[in-house]
Formats: sequence, C-alpha cells, structure tokens
Amino acid sequence: MNHPKTGRVADLVARAQQDILDDWIRQQLGQTGRGAGRISEAALRQQSTRFLEAFARAINGGLIYDAKAPRWDDLREVLKELSLSRAAQNFSTSETATFIFSLKQPLFERLRKEAGGADVDADIWSISTLLDTLGLYTSEAYQKAREEVINRQQEEMLELSTPVVQLWDGIVALPLIGTLDSARTQVVMESLLNEVMARRAKFAIIDITGVPTVDTLVAQHLLKTVAAARLMGVECLISGIRPQFAQTIVHLGIDLTQVVTKASLADAFSLALKKLQMAVVRLEGRPGRS
Amino acid sequence: MPTIKTDALPIRSDEDVVRVRQKVRQWATELSFSLVEQTKVVTAASELARNTLVHGGGGEVTLETLAEGTKRKGLRLTFQDRGPGIPNIERAMTEGYTTGDGLGLGLSGARRLSSEFDIHSEVGVGTSVTITRWK
Repeated sequence: MNHPKTGRVADLVARAQQDILDDWIRQQLGQTGRGAGRISEAALRQQSTRFLEAFARAINGGLIYDAKAPRWDDLREVLKELSLSRAAQNFSTSETATFIFSLKQPLFERLRKEAGGADVDADIWSISTLLDTLGLYTSEAYQKAREEVINRQQEEMLELSTPVVQLWDGIVALPLIGTLDSARTQVVMESLLNEVMARRAKFAIIDITGVPTVDTLVAQHLLKTVAAARLMGVECLISGIRPQFAQTIVHLGIDLTQVVTKASLADAFSLALKKLQMAVVRLEGRPGRS
Repeated sequence: MPTIKTDALPIRSDEDVVRVRQKVRQWATELSFSLVEQTKVVTAASELARNTLVHGGGGEVTLETLAEGTKRKGLRLTFQDRGPGIPNIERAMTEGYTTGDGLGLGLSGARRLSSEFDIHSEVGVGTSVTITRWK
C-alpha cells in the first residue's frame, strides 16, 4: 500500500471508525478509576462517537494541530462542550484529559495490526503528540469557562452590592459592604449620585459599618463622593464609624471635619430628620411596649 | 529576637492588596491583638501594600511573628519593591505630600500606626519599608 506520509492514520480512522470506537469504549468501561459510575454508558458512547467523528474529519488534512486552521474548528467545539459537561458532572480536568489520552491504546493497536510489520513509529509519534495537545486543550477550555464565570460574578457583585435605600421622603441611605477597591467605589459614587437625583433627596447617609478597613484610599473616595453630592445640593452624612476606625482615622491624619459623621445609621437618620424639622414621637394615649 | 513563623505574599494587583490585608488580620488575630491593634496594623499594611503597588510597581511583603521573652509578641511586616526609589524620604514622609493622586497621608500614617518604622530607599534600586506592631 502506498499512502502519503500522514494519510495512513486518517485512512485507518475513517475506515475502521466503528471498530476503534468499540475498542475505545470497551476500554473506558473497563477502567475502574474515579470516573467510573459517574457517566452512563449511553452518554459515554455518545461523547466518544462525537469526538471520534470530529477527529476523523480533522485529521483528514494532516496530523499537525494548528489552532488557526478552520478544519480543527469542529473538533475544538466538541472538546469545549465535552470539558464543560464533564466539569458539571464533577470530573476533574485531568480526568477529562485522560478521556482523550485513552484513545491512544486502541488506535495504536489497530495501526500496528494493519501495518503488518511496516514501520509505524513516526505515525504513532505524530498521533500521540496530537492527542496530548487536544487533551491539554480540554483543560484550557475548562479554565477559560471558569474565568468567564468569575468575571461575570465580579461584575454582578459590583451592581448588586451598592443598593441605595430610601429611608424617608428626602433621605436615602447607602450601606457599603465589603472592600472598597477603586473599581467598585466608582460604581458606588455613580449610583449614589444618580439615585439622589432621581429621588430628590436632601440627605444621603453613607453607612460604612460593613467596610472592614478604612484607610486613606477609602477615605479619599468617601470625601470625593461627599464633595460631589454637596455640589448637587445634597448633604452627606457618614455613619457606622466604629471606635477602632475612629482611632485609626485620627492616626492617619485624615481630616473629616468637613463631613458630618455618626457612630450609627440610627443616629445619622435622626439627625437628618431633625434637619428636615421632623421627629419620631411615641403616640400618646397608647401603652408603650416597653 | 526569635521569629516564630514567616510567610511572603506577592503584591501585583488590587486583589493582592486585599489578600495582604486579610492575611495580616488573620495573623494579628492569632497573636490575640486587640481589635484596635488589629485595625491599626491592618490599616498600616493596606497603606504600605498600596504604595508598593502604585509607586513601586509591585513587589512583595514578608510577614513575621516575633516573640521577645514569653510575654511580648509582635508582628513585623516588610514591604519590598524594585521600583524607582524615593529621592527624598523626608519629604515623602511629610503629611499631604504625594507624587500620585492620593491624599499623601499613607506613609506618615503607617508610621504613626506602628510601634517601629523603618524605611530604606535607593533611587533606581527600590524601596523597603519595615513596620513592627508589638502587642
């Protein structure tokens, strides 16, 4: 038989696809590793079939993997799906890669048998390198998908974690929770100023009870927000300054004298009410609860 | 002065600064620092870590737990970068002086928040700041 240099493997896979598939699946089912039992035989058969079909089409043009060549697109898509569905079934990334690597044995055996004594070392080397690359690709695809999830969650956090709450007519509160890194503080400032406008607030209370560290950067962001709000005719009150922060702020030399600060949100709220010439009073003639 | 345990963390991004704060808080809690002492050392660490990132272009922090005798315990933090260095340390320590767009209070504040403070800087070589907070 006279084959072009890389054609022998492609021919073999195309011709004996069903046999290779059967060998491969039998071998995978025989493995009693940690992956056993987590995937049904039908699902395994379906994944293996899809991979082998896409693989056969891709290697038709040669055994050298090229990320840019369009003939690998299909196979890459299959691998992406595979790594995601396996991740959802709690397979580790190395177990998923092993799924690809395990094709080597049935493929090599058949290659040797078909060659009938001819030298197949070069083919085995090429196909082995190729399957290694594809196996590693599944890990990368999985990691990339995870990173996308993390990025999306971070963005959602930015939106979620800065609610502006209306306390009373003309009074809004902004409870800050978590680390005030610069990206988030920008969002906080924007949403506060927008809400203040939308709700025609006279007072905005920024509560920092949930902020674990108040350093000069956090203070600077707070001061800027307060200054911007003031330009819009809104008075900002900062509440939730705990004793340890009070001491630290003094040591840092941060000047908060331009800002009205209170220990608790309740104190700040009652001050804002007072400035609006309102008060919370107990109804007379009714027994108090305490 | 025997060092009980030591660890190092990289400072390459904003997230690393958060990690430094968390680690310092964890170690200060292990040394049973009071809430005020914890807050002081964490805040000082936050300032210096950000300086390392913003002015030093990144670097690392070494954490050490110190013991002097049986009673006195402390936390020592060393921030190191290979950045441009500080030409005039005295001026950098002045309140309100900044080469960036911050408040210019970080370095002087970190000194006041610490029990011991030491700074070495060489132009073109880098800067190293060591603070110790004794319990």
